[in-house]
Amino acid sequence: MDEEQIYQEHVLDHYEEPYHRGRARDCTHAHEDDNPLCGDTVSIELNIDPQGRLREAYFDGDGCCISQASASMLIEKFDGKTVDEVRRFSAEEMLELFGAKLTPNRQKCCLLPWRVLQSAVFSPVKPAERANGKESH
Amino acid sequence: MSEAPCRHTGLEPPTIRGDFPILSKVLHGGVPLAYLDNAATTQRPRQVIQAIVETYEQHYANVHRGIHWLSDQTTDLYEQSREKVRALLNAPAPEQIIFTHGATASINLVARSWGDANVGRGDEILLTEMEHHSNLVPWRQLAERTGAIVRHVPVTDRGVLEMEAFDRLLSDRTRLVAVTAVSNVLGTINPIGEIIAKAHRAGACVLVDGAQSVPHLKTDVQAWNVDFLAFSGHKMMGPSGVGVLYGRRELLESMPPFLGGGSMIRRVTLDGFEPADLPAKFEAGTPPIVSAIGLGAALDYLDGVGLDAVTRHEQDLTRYAHEVLGELGDLRILGPPPEEKSAIVSFVFDGNRPHAHDIAQLLDRQGVAIRAGHHCAMPLHKRFRVNATARASFYLYNTREEIDLLARSLQQVRQVFRRRT
Repeated sequence: MDEEQIYQEHVLDHYEEPYHRGRARDCTHAHEDDNPLCGDTVSIELNIDPQGRLREAYFDGDGCCISQASASMLIEKFDGKTVDEVRRFSAEEMLELFGAKLTPNRQKCCLLPWRVLQSAVFSPVKPAERANGKESH
Repeated sequence: MSEAPCRHTGLEPPTIRGDFPILSKVLHGGVPLAYLDNAATTQRPRQVIQAIVETYEQHYANVHRGIHWLSDQTTDLYEQSREKVRALLNAPAPEQIIFTHGATASINLVARSWGDANVGRGDEILLTEMEHHSNLVPWRQLAERTGAIVRHVPVTDRGVLEMEAFDRLLSDRTRLVAVTAVSNVLGTINPIGEIIAKAHRAGACVLVDGAQSVPHLKTDVQAWNVDFLAFSGHKMMGPSGVGVLYGRRELLESMPPFLGGGSMIRRVTLDGFEPADLPAKFEAGTPPIVSAIGLGAALDYLDGVGLDAVTRHEQDLTRYAHEVLGELGDLRILGPPPEEKSAIVSFVFDGNRPHAHDIAQLLDRQGVAIRAGHHCAMPLHKRFRVNATARASFYLYNTREEIDLLARSLQQVRQVFRRRT
C-alpha cells in the first residue's frame, strides 16, 4: 500500500479546511467517542427536525489526519440528509467515501466518525442541556 | 547505514550493526531501515539468534525434570542464564532471580502474591503519574480486591517527579511504592536511591519497574537496596516471552506461591501441597526455557560491548537528537534535558499538527521506524494534555546519521501539511 495515497489532496483539504468543524447552534442530538487504541476523539452535534432531517451537522475532535478528514467528509455528505439515510450508510461505504486505501489499523481511524454519527442520530440531548447550551465536551 | 565509527563515544556502531541481520533490511523497494523504536522492543544480534537455534538443535529438553543427558544440558544452560542475570544486577544469589514471561508478569506476580498477603483495607500504594500501564493496572486491581488506596506522585511540567509531593504522600500507611526507574515516554531517570531510602524509613516496600533502565543503565540491586525489580528480556536484545523478577530473599521466601502447577512444589498429595524452594516456587509449569537461554546470550553480548560504553553512546545520541530536533523550531520535546534522561525522545508538533500517527506513517516511507500513540501511558499523556506523542528511542546500534535522517524526514512530513502557508 502506498501511504502517499493516504495523504492525497482531497484528504488534506478536508483536514486543513474542514467542513463544519464547530458547534451546532441548536443541538438536539449529540454523541462523542474515542478510539482508545490511539486516543483520537470525535464529537458530533446535530439538529434533527421532527421529520428526521439533519438541519444542522457539526463535528469537533482531536486526532490524526484520517479521523479528522473522514469526519469532515461524513458531515459534508449528511448535512441536510435524513436519519434514515444515515442509518443505511454502511462502514464499507464510509471507507469508499474516504477514498484512499487504508490498512486495517487505520480503517479504525476512518470509521470513528462514522460510529459517532450512527450513535448521535439516536442520542437526543436533554432539554435542560439544550436550554443552557452544553458548555464543553 | 553509517560507515563511520562513532567518534564521540568510542562505540563502533558499524561493527555492531553487522551483528544484527534485521538492520540491513531494505524497505519499500529501496530505503534502509532506521530502527528507532527500541523502547518498545529492541532487535537481536546473530549471537542471540544462534544461541536459540543451537539450543533447539543441540540441547533441548525440559528443565529440572529428566534424568537423561539432554535435560541436564538444558538445565545447565537455563541456570547459567540465571547466573548471568544475577551478575548483571549484582544480586546476592541466583535463586533471587525468578524467570517470568516479562516485566508485566513480574509486576503481576508481586501484586498477587506479596500484595494479597500484605496489603489490606485502608493501606496505601504509592505510584507515580509517569508509570506504564503495567505498573498501574495491577495495583488498581489489588486495590479493588483489598480496599487499599492508590495515590500518585505528580509529574512536573519539566517531566520529573515532584519529590516534595512524594515526601508528603509517603506515610506510615504506605505499604508499597511502585515506580519506574526510567519513564518510557519522557526518558526521565528517577532518583530511585532516594525514593527507596525514604520509603524504607517510612516502613514501605519498593518495587522498581526496570523495563526501560536495566537494558541501558548500570543496575545494582544491593546498592539500591531495592525490594523488587522487574524487567523484560526483549527490550535488551533477548527473545520475547522472558522477563525477570528480582526480590529480596526474605520477601520472596515469605510470599505465597502465585501460579500453581508443576515445578513449584516439593510434594503434592490429594489434600494439599508443599511449595518448592526459591526460585522454583515462582516458576510453575515449563518456563520460557529457550527464551531465558537467549537472554543469557544477549547479556553476554551486552557484556562484550560494555554497558558503560552503551550508556555513553546513548547519551550522545540523545543529546544530538535534542539538538537537531530542536532546530526544527515548531516541535516540542516532552521531558527533561538530555543530561537527566535515558535514550527516549518523545515529541509533538505545535498544535499537535501533524498528528503523531501521521508522522509515524510518513516517516515509515523513509524507512524510519518510530512509535506513535500513548505508549501505554495514558494518564501521563493526559497530564501533558496531548492525546498522542511521537517517540524515537535508541540503542547501541543506532547512529547520528539515523537521527539526521529522522530530522530530514520530519521536515518532509511538515511540508506535506504546509501546502497553504
